[in-house]
Amino acid sequence: MAGSNPNAKPMDLTLKVWRQKDRNSAGSMVTYPVVGISPDMSFLEMLDVLNEDLLRKGEEPIAFDHDCREGICGMCSLFINGRAHGPESGTTTCQLHMRHFKHGDTITIEPWRAAAFPVHKDLVVDRSAFDRIQQAGGYISVNTGGVPDANAIPIAKSIADKAFDAATCIGCGACVAACKNASAMLFVSAKVSQLAMLPQGKTERKTRVENMVAQMDIEGFGACTNIGSCAAECPVGISLENIAILRREYISATATSENLV
Amino acid sequence: MILDSKIPEGPLADKWEKHKFSVKLVNPANKRKYDIIVVGTGLAGASAAATFGELGYNVKAFCFQDSPRRAHSIAAQGGINAAKNYQNDGDSIFRLFYDTVKGGDYRAREANVYRLAQVSVNIIDQCVAQGVPFAREYGGLLANRSFGGAQVSRTFYARGQTGQQLLLGAYSALNRQIAYGKVKMYPRTEMLDLVMVDGKARGIVVRNLITGKIESHSAHAVVLATGGYGNVFFLSTNAMGSNATAAWRAYKKGALFANPCYTQIHPTCIPVSGEYQSKLTLMSESLRNDGRVWVPKTVEIAQRLRKGEITVNDIKEEDRDYYLERKYPAFGNLVPRDVASRNAKLVCDEGRGVGASGLAVYLDFADAIKRDGQPAIAAKYGNLFEMYAKITDENPYERPMRIYPAVHYTMGGLWVDYNLMTNIPGLYATGECNFSDHGANRLGASALMQGLADGYFVIPYTIGDYLANTPYDRVSTDHPAFKEAEAAVVEKNNRLLSINGTRTVDDFHKALGLLMWDYCGMARNAEGLQFAKQEIRKLRDEFWRDVKVTGVNEELNITLEKANRVADFLELGELMVDDALHRNESCGGHFREEYQTPENEALRDDENFAYVAAWEFTGVGNEPVLHKEELKFENVKLTQRSYK
Repeated sequence: MAGSNPNAKPMDLTLKVWRQKDRNSAGSMVTYPVVGISPDMSFLEMLDVLNEDLLRKGEEPIAFDHDCREGICGMCSLFINGRAHGPESGTTTCQLHMRHFKHGDTITIEPWRAAAFPVHKDLVVDRSAFDRIQQAGGYISVNTGGVPDANAIPIAKSIADKAFDAATCIGCGACVAACKNASAMLFVSAKVSQLAMLPQGKTERKTRVENMVAQMDIEGFGACTNIGSCAAECPVGISLENIAILRREYISATATSENLV
Repeated sequence: MILDSKIPEGPLADKWEKHKFSVKLVNPANKRKYDIIVVGTGLAGASAAATFGELGYNVKAFCFQDSPRRAHSIAAQGGINAAKNYQNDGDSIFRLFYDTVKGGDYRAREANVYRLAQVSVNIIDQCVAQGVPFAREYGGLLANRSFGGAQVSRTFYARGQTGQQLLLGAYSALNRQIAYGKVKMYPRTEMLDLVMVDGKARGIVVRNLITGKIESHSAHAVVLATGGYGNVFFLSTNAMGSNATAAWRAYKKGALFANPCYTQIHPTCIPVSGEYQSKLTLMSESLRNDGRVWVPKTVEIAQRLRKGEITVNDIKEEDRDYYLERKYPAFGNLVPRDVASRNAKLVCDEGRGVGASGLAVYLDFADAIKRDGQPAIAAKYGNLFEMYAKITDENPYERPMRIYPAVHYTMGGLWVDYNLMTNIPGLYATGECNFSDHGANRLGASALMQGLADGYFVIPYTIGDYLANTPYDRVSTDHPAFKEAEAAVVEKNNRLLSINGTRTVDDFHKALGLLMWDYCGMARNAEGLQFAKQEIRKLRDEFWRDVKVTGVNEELNITLEKANRVADFLELGELMVDDALHRNESCGGHFREEYQTPENEALRDDENFAYVAAWEFTGVGNEPVLHKEELKFENVKLTQRSYK
């Protein structure tokens, strides 16, 4: 079977891939040639081909995170040629296709690099810090049942749409990987601004932002210095404006803090 | 074994209310004495785990992904149905119930479906309260759209990312309980066995996917919310990691597996482009509102097209066959999923398929663009057109999309009673993991509804009824039952690691997938199914002789993870074939070529097959035992579905 473009020629490439046995071992770049890569393949399918070759030779395949391969689960996380999720903007690694590379290219593949994202193995990193930040306040405190009718509180379409834009963050960590300070501000701000905009989220808006920012600091993410690489590399286009909202929320919350601790 | 569905007596509309009153309660102070395990953190699992935590139970939740937020519910695009009747267009709980039973081709349980329709209204309230940003009208109230199989607008949505927003809502509720210490979360942890003590589910054995450590967890009840088994086919719209292992190992411990042959093949997916293909991508059903499906009228034109002698735009209007509009003038391009899929296969089988492989049909927007203008079409479907262009490198504004059906959802699953409990006391199954609500074909926007209904509003009530009769005593994980199960898991892993054969796990998985697709896919027949059964057995034997699994157990080992899952798919595939072979009728997603109307539509046999087929494990390679649960239809009339 041929792909959508039967004239597209297969490519030979050189991959330089970060290999690391486990969290406590030192890692290094290892070079692998790959041949006959179809331009219609996704980047991860190209790695599948390499892994099948390695397996047949009795070598350990390269571990990388991936799941939905539709750009929505946020699990894939490769730093390709120095860019989070590779050269195409607005694209996760799983949606990056090989037609964006040329025959003979050398491609460097690294894991996300951040103190708060330790490497588990090869290209797989530990992003549980993100979960802990969400646990610190990324929710509205309602139990199941006993809530008002969904149409009881009208929400202006413009606000609902804006909250939605912030809520589309897939939690992949590209913002942290792209930031020279490994800051998680864009990730944290997406949830803070989504919930601060909605009437349902206003009750807890002060404690939420204080607790989430505190947890972000505990996890060892760097400070934000307004470079904007995070938003530039975000595969789903989370806007830098959210960081401005977070700062406003944070200053106003700390000035009138309701946190009793 | 007698299958007791435990459907409450009384009129349909009163059953759930009556049942909620009759179930036993656990007093708030005693809830903390009970432990519940939830496996899987998609819509059904995360919502259940969070709600159990809120009620006061001690919960342990498990997922194989690196975070509960990654579960594949996140990829659902279109929306979630609810009988709110906000549009004042004639919707009601009964209508949602009726549409779902009919859409399922009369192979679902009435009482379960009615309850689903009842609690659907609560789901929307709950999600809005959590901060889920559903689409809204300018007046600030919630927006709706219509979906296949319904004549009302009852689908709530968040652009093309409804599943993501609902899952993040459930994930936030789960996070709150994790922060309170009521839920302990175990990500990157895979269930590899169910542990039973005195005939009851009392725990699970898991593998830590980072360290390889095999551990046991004990509880008073176990809830499986581990999704469907579409990845038996290798290529599907499921996530790469979606698997049947937890459900399958429960089946091997005695849980019945119901209707395994009911598979939903979604008509609008991006076609396979090469041998390397790892998964298939769905294009939302909503595209069929404006896109026209066609293939060339003759095989000869199709051949010239495939050879590249002509392009699609060279084909004259009179040489195009808009076959859905021609065959189904009343519904046209909006026939249900099973009908659209089967017809795409038919025209491709005739040799009229398009694309290099000949396994695709056109979905053409040219007329819609001419009528409404490109900006209007872009506003409706822009993100889908972009996704299509990204994957295929073709511009769907200039030439028609190529689409082909792909495996999308499995209606079958673990058999459960009205309380969502399997036939094993203390073992529950929710969401896609169970069989109960969609019959032989699921309607669009109903999977999200069922997952959240089960997790937020059904199992939190029904599990209390079981726990109230369960002593507080905890079973130690030193109990021989745990030690035995652990030893079996270790033994299986060691066996996989020691074969050191010549074929990779993916190689076997792809071979299985092809067999399933060719003989147990969109159309099945007795001869093909018998052939597939023998081939699957051969393939399974070869797997255990010749698979190559590198590395060791005591590390992150992606090959070992896959090998365990594929070993189970190789057994489950055979059960699907058995079920398809025994069901001598066509219904919904199960189309047996021998049983069709003169117009090639599915021909049901209500007299002989209006039952749930629940299979009991008797050993690998042995014939499973069939148990039947008769389906009684007291509120809807069984008719032949017609979309002409």
